[in-house]
Amino acid sequence: MSGFTGGIQLVYVLAAALFVIGLHLMNSPATARRGNQVSLAGMMIAIAATLVLMIHDGTVTGAGWIVLISGTLIGSAIGLYAARTVQMTAMPQLVSAFNSVGGGAAALVAIYSYIESESNAGGVLGTTTVFTLLDVIIGAVTFSGSIIAAGKLQGLVPSQPIIIKGGRAINVGLAVVAIGTAAYMLTTASLPALLIVVLASLGFGVMMVLPIGGADMPVVISLLNAFTGTAVAMAGFVIANWALIVAGALVGASGSILTKLMADAMNRSLANIILGGFGTGDSAVAIEAAADAHIRPIAADDAAIQLAYASKVIIVPGYGLAAAQAQHGVAELAKTLEDRGIEVSYAIHPVAGRMPGHMNVLLAEANVPYPQLREMDEINPEFARADVALVIGANDVTNPAARRPGNEISGMPILDVDQAKSIIVIKRSMGHGYAGIDNELYTDPKTSMYFADAKKAMADLTAAVKTLVG
Amino acid sequence: MSTALVTDLTIFVLALLVGIEVIGKVPATLHTPLMSATNSIHGIVLVGALLIGVTAHTVVGYILAFVAAVFASANVVGGYVVTERMLKMFRRKPQPQPQVQAQPKPELDGKSRS
Repeated sequence: MSGFTGGIQLVYVLAAALFVIGLHLMNSPATARRGNQVSLAGMMIAIAATLVLMIHDGTVTGAGWIVLISGTLIGSAIGLYAARTVQMTAMPQLVSAFNSVGGGAAALVAIYSYIESESNAGGVLGTTTVFTLLDVIIGAVTFSGSIIAAGKLQGLVPSQPIIIKGGRAINVGLAVVAIGTAAYMLTTASLPALLIVVLASLGFGVMMVLPIGGADMPVVISLLNAFTGTAVAMAGFVIANWALIVAGALVGASGSILTKLMADAMNRSLANIILGGFGTGDSAVAIEAAADAHIRPIAADDAAIQLAYASKVIIVPGYGLAAAQAQHGVAELAKTLEDRGIEVSYAIHPVAGRMPGHMNVLLAEANVPYPQLREMDEINPEFARADVALVIGANDVTNPAARRPGNEISGMPILDVDQAKSIIVIKRSMGHGYAGIDNELYTDPKTSMYFADAKKAMADLTAAVKTLVG
Repeated sequence: MSTALVTDLTIFVLALLVGIEVIGKVPATLHTPLMSATNSIHGIVLVGALLIGVTAHTVVGYILAFVAAVFASANVVGGYVVTERMLKMFRRKPQPQPQVQAQPKPELDGKSRS
């Protein structure tokens, strides 16, 4: 290693250290923003060092510069536009899209290094390492899988689990083809084989995500995030670059931790989720007539009375809040109640919404102070003291059936909403939750059902409370 | 196994452990920004995309370099911008109404509770 490349490598280490420090600052909302800026500084240093290296080497052709500069400008413009215009409710799609392009770029780095060694050595492919192949496989799976995930979140691909007959066999087949061909390439250089690996991996990514339902998305996004990180780390091995190895490992670790947290919060194993969920997340299934008897519908005025004369209200948001874009409405209602001296807090289940922390970011957008957002373990003992629990578009995470063995959601940690003195559930219809089972909370004698779109319900409730109290 | 590879593997394993240690403490409130932040960090693959350009001299090489550059730069720029946008919302804003603070009760008890 010459002094120059050694110096560049040291700059990469500095960049990696800044990534670690940046992530460390994410431990608190107060320092998180500085953390992102520290990490951005690391990124700029790494890119600057790379440019210095490229200019110093002097081997980049004119066409090479044009291609790189135009590509970077176009990509930056796309990224900037997407990041500036995205709605906070669409954040899971965007995160998924970034996973996709990150994994895709990592795979391309490996594919290039494979092809390049061929073109240089007069038709003889260079030594293929395990890392090149892992990078191609993981990167390609992430690329196609994340596109499908983003499509499901955006509603372009149906969010119900899409079960293809013999899908599991196709999955196993694609995995065998990809890994088998890759193993063959370890001993024999072959471009067609590389193409087969790429195609089989892309197919596997699609087939892996298609059967997974909307409510499992927090797990899937976390997992694909971990995959992207791993693919980038593998790309780091391929081009012997420490910055990529460290950054990729950090992302891989972060994604794995989140994946485990999300899977634990649903009391389901990763294998169970990947191998296909039960039921769907969003479809409204009509409830059987028998159950109707036990349901108490309520109108805005009556719900407003309950809220206005409570002294402690706990709001339980779920995906319905995000789907209806009701985050500003709920913040407005909460503020109206607080102006009356009512204590308001939010109970956030770890898998509420479509990505880890989805509810928190939506409510932050609506200016809800983050100390009011309480995690499950912290808020659960407080439900018994709450006069009203206001459930907005949340279902399975409130179902007391989870405490009993023998059903789809048994053992899943839930919010103890049924402990509250009274419960108001805002829902569009009597649809089932993701698990496809009845929510016993709805037939609880303390529960009133308020059937409305969450956004409209919030506006009506706020107006009604204001009228009540003058 | 070459020394360089052993060094790379050592770095990888240590970075994984550091990542687990550092990220394990992030509160649930920040999980979405965390994911977005790590998303921008894996945009480091842009370095890999740029380095393709160092040796690229065929049409295929140029195409791969171009697509990789588009992907990676969209990842990097979009990732940081959106994370910043999100984290801005978590900042405590100067509140004209003190009611929206975390503990509203003490200062409000004398108000309209009848």
